Amino acid sequence: MWGRNLLFLAFILVIALAMRASLFPLSTASRKVNFDPTPTEKDDFRAVVSKVDQSFREEWANKELQPAARADDLAVARRLSLALTGSVPSLEEIRQFEEQPPEKRLDGWANHLLHDRRYADYFAGRLARAFVGPEDGPLIAYRKRRFIAWLSDELKQNTSYAKLVEQMISAQGLNTDKPAVNFIAATFDENRKGPDAEKLAIRVTRAFLGLRIDCAQCHDHFLEPAWKQTHFQALAAFFGQTKHSVTNITDTNQGEYKFEDRVSGGTHQIAPAVPFLPELLPARGTRRERLASWVTDPANKYFARATVNRVWAMMTGRPLLRRVEAQTLAEMSDEKIPPALRILATDFASHEHDLRRLILLIASTEVFRLDSAAEFDITDAHDEIWAVFPLTRLRPEQVIGSVIQSASVKTINQQSHIFVRLARYFNEKDFVKRYGDAADDEFERAHGTIPQRLLMMNGDLVDGKAKDELLSASTQIAMFAPTDAAAVETAYLTVLTRRPTPKESNHFAAKLANTTGDERKRRLADLYWVLFNATEQSWNH
Amino acid sequence: MPHLHRRELLAAAGATSLAWLTPLGTALARAAEKERTAAKSVIVLWMGGGPSQLETFDPKPGTNIAAGTKAINTAAKGIQLAPGLELLADQMQHVALVRSIWSKEGDHERGVYTLKTGYRPDPTVTHPSLGAIVCHDLPNTGVEIPRHVSIMPDQWPARGGVLGAQYDSFKVFDPKDKVPDVTPHVPKERFESRIEDLKVVESAFAKGRGKRVDATGHKDTMERAHKLMSSDQLKAFDVSQESASVRKEYGDTPFGRGCLAARRLIDVGVRCVEVTLGGWDSHANNHEITTRLKGTLDPAFAALLRDLRQRNTLKDTVVLCVGEFGRTPHLNALGGRDHWPHNFTAALAGGGIKGGTVVGESDPAGGKESKDRRAAEDLHATVLKAVGIDWEKTFRSPIGRTFARSEGKPIDAILG
Repeated sequence: MWGRNLLFLAFILVIALAMRASLFPLSTASRKVNFDPTPTEKDDFRAVVSKVDQSFREEWANKELQPAARADDLAVARRLSLALTGSVPSLEEIRQFEEQPPEKRLDGWANHLLHDRRYADYFAGRLARAFVGPEDGPLIAYRKRRFIAWLSDELKQNTSYAKLVEQMISAQGLNTDKPAVNFIAATFDENRKGPDAEKLAIRVTRAFLGLRIDCAQCHDHFLEPAWKQTHFQALAAFFGQTKHSVTNITDTNQGEYKFEDRVSGGTHQIAPAVPFLPELLPARGTRRERLASWVTDPANKYFARATVNRVWAMMTGRPLLRRVEAQTLAEMSDEKIPPALRILATDFASHEHDLRRLILLIASTEVFRLDSAAEFDITDAHDEIWAVFPLTRLRPEQVIGSVIQSASVKTINQQSHIFVRLARYFNEKDFVKRYGDAADDEFERAHGTIPQRLLMMNGDLVDGKAKDELLSASTQIAMFAPTDAAAVETAYLTVLTRRPTPKESNHFAAKLANTTGDERKRRLADLYWVLFNATEQSWNH
Repeated sequence: MPHLHRRELLAAAGATSLAWLTPLGTALARAAEKERTAAKSVIVLWMGGGPSQLETFDPKPGTNIAAGTKAINTAAKGIQLAPGLELLADQMQHVALVRSIWSKEGDHERGVYTLKTGYRPDPTVTHPSLGAIVCHDLPNTGVEIPRHVSIMPDQWPARGGVLGAQYDSFKVFDPKDKVPDVTPHVPKERFESRIEDLKVVESAFAKGRGKRVDATGHKDTMERAHKLMSSDQLKAFDVSQESASVRKEYGDTPFGRGCLAARRLIDVGVRCVEVTLGGWDSHANNHEITTRLKGTLDPAFAALLRDLRQRNTLKDTVVLCVGEFGRTPHLNALGGRDHWPHNFTAALAGGGIKGGTVVGESDPAGGKESKDRRAAEDLHATVLKAVGIDWEKTFRSPIGRTFARSEGKPIDAILG
């Protein structure tokens, strides 16, 4: 009898110790972050970073504008984590980050995240929005899941981005066996009972070349005189021989593409042709193989430029150009694009379109590490030339991903229990549906909405995460933080990835003073709620 | 025409700022609203899945395509409905039918887009839905709750499109349940204390970022959300405040309660309410499915018209009942009807719509052609005209493309 009681007490003690320990650095080897900055130390890498930095400095000097100071390392670590995994860093990760020598820890952190499964999954999901659209209808949900799983595996292996795109455009086979074909299958048109060639022409030009040629679908382009309706339709003709039967995507090598003239009426036949750089189009292969080769040719500068521009936007919240997709060829010309885009695109094309290297390069630039606040008055001009880090709205899955991560002191990743990961998956899906997702241009500058704020203030999910429940981070902090100030600091680090200012610390520590038990847990839950609803929780900064 | 300028100014103010929350702004808006002779609000009864016109508003008794479906007479001489809509039949003198609506979209998602926005899906722009346009163009008359509401939405509720997410419909579910997310999980005092504490965190973040943080609009949105939470107008969602007999008339169904909530919302100044009745996608067992759904639609639609008329607000409210397309005239092997965008029926009432009228005639042999065809976008032009909005006026998309509020032509034959 006594033995069982003692065993029970010992069990409780072990759990309590484990919970307390989780507020502080963990020593398990498998949970250790591997801070390896090696790839960023190579000379050719540093040379590119210097060139990019120099180009921005020249711009600041030309405009006689002072840049913001360097941001706090934790702020940059948060940006990296949000961009690459879709959530803020966990307390467990922050503690380890702070133990590293300051000079190399950001490089090591970026490199670590790029080898984490969370990066592959998250980036695949983000890229898939551009590749197969943000829609999630019942018919395409399965195809989309297969597609994202494939893309994620490829990103994990750091397959050349050009190779990925080639597969998407040209692969044939069953959509279960060759998941890349879902790029084509996702456009299945119920009326035509086959792939939508026009939609594919739009996706290829927008997602891979960063060009909005689609106005020319119905008439000659209003803004770009070089794009006639026939250019658009000739591009669509590359998909004119592609068939979609049940789950199989094939090319038949016969039949000509016909399009409906929506303005003048009638149906016209047209042969495949590219709208520019015809010399890069190979003579051999299926129509789609030829197109894939043309799109990804290192000499097709739009491919690398579009990718750098998009990845830059995914990292900072804002594209380097005015938009992720240009409406004229001139917008992407040597004269119009910022030197940084040219330098990074050249490097990307000459390194086999290595996405990991590109992301590391962007993360290493001075601009990426600038503060979003400054001692001086920040004007639109500062914003325009990247003299301060932009303030941009986080995407819904980043907002909820951060809420869910903040409710746990441990990192939620591949090592987490399947129930924890499933809960995160379903919570996130449900939240994004309620919060609302940008339908079109996800980088468009826009305010949040009232239903979004209501969901954050009163939604069951967010409230549940702030709640004074056993095992929630707020409860653990209430129970185990050694002092009131330490409790406040831990909550700030967990939710906002920063320490409180002295004023904040005093304010909230006073609220915790002399409280114990349930009352203390409630006060901590209140603090969590406040931090969840602060501007900085739902904005990238 | 000074009042016109004032109206325009107020419309802009209502859309973009908090001006409507000031007493003067509210008073001016209310004055302008009284001057309006056009309808003031819109209720869309959305028939998700695409209802069969033959089993609802366009029966063809005695023909092959009827597949046994008969017809009943209605209060409007010469207009027949399918059996199962007896209560609505008594109200037909207030309802206009357009039996020759067509679109090019036979896919659910594309069809929904077309019928909700009046445009075919277009990769270069996301068009605003009818309700978003109405909220954008008509002034806010001191309404603290969302002015565009979708009750029981399916996966494609009405959206703001290029007008911005603030014009998306506010989604609520069965009105017997509480409105989601408007009630704090903690007592009022504790909630207010949390709001106070938030100021400490906000001021720390604003340091060195002043104007940039203001530009996020976060604080403004929080304040408006907070105001909404304590608004008396939220009671409009609560149908339990209606008498048992009124609730019974609408029917003890989520859709019935949705229609009743729509009427209550319109009463407090909400501009557009979309109430969805889904499940009309009858690829098999068409007759059973439509009979069941008519059991829900009939009492709700009829009670809504009767209730609005008794309260003298039918003249101020346009009611539009339609789905994304109709269904094939010929039954398939499973006793179902498939998608048919070539000719189907929309029912309209109130807001100056001439009741007891029919426009268009579908082919009794089941052909694609119909007499006096009307495009889906004509419905939008008609409703916009009824609420006094110039449907030809253009919007500008973020990439600089201009497009009309509706490219359709108003169906003048049903406009009084």
